[in-house]
Amino acid sequence: MLYRENGQFKTRYSDDQQIFPILQDRWLVMALIAFAFIGVPMLASEYMFRAILIPFVILSLAALGLNLLVGYCGQISLGSGAFMAVGAYIAYNAYTRVPGMPVIGAFLIGGAAALLVGIVFGIPSLRIRGLYLAVATLAAQFFCDWVFARIAWFTNYSASGSVSVPTLTVAGISIDTPQSKYLFCLAIATVMALAAKNIVRGHVGRSWMAIRDMDVAATVIGIRPVTAKLSAFAVSSFVIGVAGAMWAFVHLGSWEPLAFDVNRSLNLLFMIIIGGMGSIMGSFFGAAFIVVLPILLNQVPAWLGVPISTAMASHLEFMIFGALIVFFLIVEPHGLARLWSIGKEKLRLWPFPH
Amino acid sequence: MGFFLEVVLGGLMAGVLYSLVALGFVLIFKASGVFNFAQGAMVLFAALAMARLAEWLPDLLGFESLLLANLLAFVLAALIMVVVAQGIERLVLRPLVNQEGVTLLMATLGVTYFLDGFGQTLWGSDVYKIDLGLSKDPLLVLGDFFEGGILLNRDDIAAALIAVALVAVLALFFQKTATGRALRAVADDHQAAQSIGIPLNRIWVIVWAVAGFTALVAGMVWGSKLGVQFSLAILALKALPVVIVGGFTSVPGAIVGGLLIGLGEKLAEVYLGPIIGGGLENWFAYGLALAVLLVRPQGLFGERIIDRV
Amino acid sequence: MRQTTTARWLAATALAAGLAVLAPGLAQAQAKGAPAAAGAKEQFFPLLVYRTGPYAPNGVPFANGMADYYKMLNARDGGIGGVRLTMEECETGYATDRGVECYERLKGKGPTGSTAVHPLSTGITFALTDKVPNDKIPLITAGYGRSESANGEVFKWNFILGGSYWVAADILVQHVGSLEGGVDRLKGKKIALVYHDSPYGKEPIPLLQERAKMHGYQLILIPVTHPGVEQKAAWLQVRRDRPDYVFLWGWGVMNSTSVKEAIATGYPREKMYGVWWSGAEPDIVPAGDGGKGYNALTFMSPAGTGRVHQDILKNLHDKGQGSGPRDEVGQVLYNRGLASAAVTAEAVRVAQERYGKRPLTGEEVRWGFENLNVDEARIKQLGLEGMMQPISTSCRDHMGGNTAQVHTWDGKKWNVAPKVYQADMQILKPMQDAYAARYATEKKIQPRDCAKEAAN
Repeated sequence: MLYRENGQFKTRYSDDQQIFPILQDRWLVMALIAFAFIGVPMLASEYMFRAILIPFVILSLAALGLNLLVGYCGQISLGSGAFMAVGAYIAYNAYTRVPGMPVIGAFLIGGAAALLVGIVFGIPSLRIRGLYLAVATLAAQFFCDWVFARIAWFTNYSASGSVSVPTLTVAGISIDTPQSKYLFCLAIATVMALAAKNIVRGHVGRSWMAIRDMDVAATVIGIRPVTAKLSAFAVSSFVIGVAGAMWAFVHLGSWEPLAFDVNRSLNLLFMIIIGGMGSIMGSFFGAAFIVVLPILLNQVPAWLGVPISTAMASHLEFMIFGALIVFFLIVEPHGLARLWSIGKEKLRLWPFPH
Repeated sequence: MGFFLEVVLGGLMAGVLYSLVALGFVLIFKASGVFNFAQGAMVLFAALAMARLAEWLPDLLGFESLLLANLLAFVLAALIMVVVAQGIERLVLRPLVNQEGVTLLMATLGVTYFLDGFGQTLWGSDVYKIDLGLSKDPLLVLGDFFEGGILLNRDDIAAALIAVALVAVLALFFQKTATGRALRAVADDHQAAQSIGIPLNRIWVIVWAVAGFTALVAGMVWGSKLGVQFSLAILALKALPVVIVGGFTSVPGAIVGGLLIGLGEKLAEVYLGPIIGGGLENWFAYGLALAVLLVRPQGLFGERIIDRV
Repeated sequence: MRQTTTARWLAATALAAGLAVLAPGLAQAQAKGAPAAAGAKEQFFPLLVYRTGPYAPNGVPFANGMADYYKMLNARDGGIGGVRLTMEECETGYATDRGVECYERLKGKGPTGSTAVHPLSTGITFALTDKVPNDKIPLITAGYGRSESANGEVFKWNFILGGSYWVAADILVQHVGSLEGGVDRLKGKKIALVYHDSPYGKEPIPLLQERAKMHGYQLILIPVTHPGVEQKAAWLQVRRDRPDYVFLWGWGVMNSTSVKEAIATGYPREKMYGVWWSGAEPDIVPAGDGGKGYNALTFMSPAGTGRVHQDILKNLHDKGQGSGPRDEVGQVLYNRGLASAAVTAEAVRVAQERYGKRPLTGEEVRWGFENLNVDEARIKQLGLEGMMQPISTSCRDHMGGNTAQVHTWDGKKWNVAPKVYQADMQILKPMQDAYAARYATEKKIQPRDCAKEAAN
């Protein structure tokens, strides 16, 4: 009743091809973005920003990047932590070694480096697929772990191997308050999400999806697997690299190689599985779920008034996390995004049954 | 030369330990096509069960013998693992039959997290000992040929012997018993096996139970060497290259792959490490696996993947 | 299709319910963080601990020691100067991002916010060093953290009380030098450093290299990847190189694995020297009898019991309120946690003398940390006689002490050698100042002028 396309006639092709053809959708998304940019900074507390919102925004960008590769192109990758690390460390080097380098420039250089590394580690995908490819990307993960721990150039010869960045300034505005950090990350994430959505709607994205669904058939009809797969790796790694640079510069401030280890890769993979593979929106849902869940699980015993030791709370967190993942996979293997789209479908008919 | 032999032997011994973990992977993948990421967590859970039971039983039942404690703990832990394995199969995998590989992989990852937390809740998160009664001092052999002798460890030798015994038992099980034959039939072709009346669900339960038992043996061996602690679960990541090199569906492949990876790793760390920087064990194993994959995508002993359009 | 519509809707509603609970729940979580009722005489201590994960065997006794000391102060004395101590534990799992989240969640609790934070992790220390100047909470890293944070002019809010990794490395070199008959006799000898491949493990390397240049010994670096259960190759290298001494710089399960691998490759334990984070019961007991002869440094407080332990047993454990098992009381890491808590409580007491016996802010307690004078008499009063080295801080010196002893495991307990070593500040101070200056330029911090502040 409320969510119908009734009366919305398109007179131009561009109207038909927009991302949100239904008017209500457009309003909803605009309202959401307005709330995110204007409403949230006014309402949220400092803890919300530092512990929840900023990690959420950055990790959803990283999950988005991974989704492009795993969800849209079907190439399993367990090495996303390594690409984040590449983005972070190269951005750090660009920022500290080149005087006067702007922050965004450093991020883009970090992303470009991650893009190149992604292409190199994507080459095995031309020969192997599925679980074997996952192993190849794990090789990338461990190799990058080692490179950043061992080769002192990347950490600017710091004795402890730990690096840190001073307060960031973008176009003269200092990014030191939680609100400014959040808005900075949100701006970058929105721009890249829009770009990603348009890429997947175009012929590049379609070639990825063809490779994902039936790669032999795709090759037969003329889609070059080399171009499709390596472009997927390239774009995905670029996005993940920028997200990694943001994670390091904005959220952590000071980090060591262990911050980007295999647990981070698995975390990102969980996000897209739970959020929904092959869906831009799903990356955000998944990131929200994974960021908020551990904090929630930590607080639940406290509200219920049940006094349990922190060790027990931590164990419970693991158990509930694992159980929830299995639960979601059984009930909805296509993730939260699917639930969302089913909801929208039902809304289009509501209150009528058919 | 003596030192080189020591490194080779050390690498082979480490490889045997990896093979034990990889065996569990192979068994499950062969029979049900599921890559069980939770094998590492199962190894940890089994080792924890055995270590704690061996600690508690003597006090509970009032006897002193270490051998008896170990034996009883082993048997009980095996029963527990069978129950756990069945639980995983029934609750997690049966509802997810026919889903894509990634979904199943993620489900087993979820099981890993669950078993991690559950194991530490039940058995505690300290470092525990599994005492097989072997002396930890090194054994030096062939002192006449090589100066100072070649270094061997008693628990490494025991591990190798146990691994051989396990593989022999498994081989006997698969070749000589009816259930073993049924398992091989299911591994070969699910539909054909079903059409001749082999109950798939029951077979999968049995496979998981066998994998649980293998996890217990692996856990016992690793635990006696390293002490039972949380990091044993990370072994799953170490066993992956082994399965890649050997082929996902081959038991001898798991053994050969393990030996190769162990050997390659240690040689690289000791000889390449000082040149390009130490700590390269992890990625070298994966790099080795990758190299094998690029040359032979199905692994050394695996089956060729044939795609139909 | 296998999934029925009902199942999907169940999942959807469960999710919606979960999210709906989330928002108010989290708001409540922050509300709890809001200051308690004005007038509540409470001092809040956040306890960042790791009771799970590969570092738990060492994290647990330390956390128990700290918690027990604060609880004992409440039970025995009613707090510090009449102000009750409240505390809350938060599990970090030794992970930097979780540590930061715990810090953010707890920093505003209590009437005056967090009193001081002990991260017990070098990684978390590095991340928090950037945040504490804004939040005005002292960061206490007794015996770990950035070695250069001993320089109080640059690191106003960091206190590396009692010693740093450079102090430890320096003392180790002095000790093995004394075994050889003098540090000059170290020329031509080989010293291997088996270290955890993280900022924690890499910290001592600059100092060891500096000393290698001075005395002419060969330094062999052998990194061990986290978490450190795979050390066969590392110890085979040790076997090949046959160093005269091995310095062990591990943490968590890496320590016990190192000792076990040393036994397995036949390296004599008598020649192994662990830093003070590699010399506690959880590190050596799993190795069984083979661990006899292993040496390590003590820090602040070795194993043993004193008057304060009797107080803790009487007031807490006898009433079933101990944080951990009874036989943990008096172990190395338990005592270290206890000593860290004791020094923190002492800083609060000193600050109360200046600002009054009321709940103090982080800024006021910081002054207390900077004016500590825990001398032998005070140590005796605290009930730690013979079990703690004196600590005396100032504006310039946020370390306050740089001594340690060597203890050796005899199979059942640690035996402390009587000689007290002191780090050579002539080597350390220039290094500290140089690294601190580098940090100041990197972060664009204006170092303080201690002389001016003292005049005020």
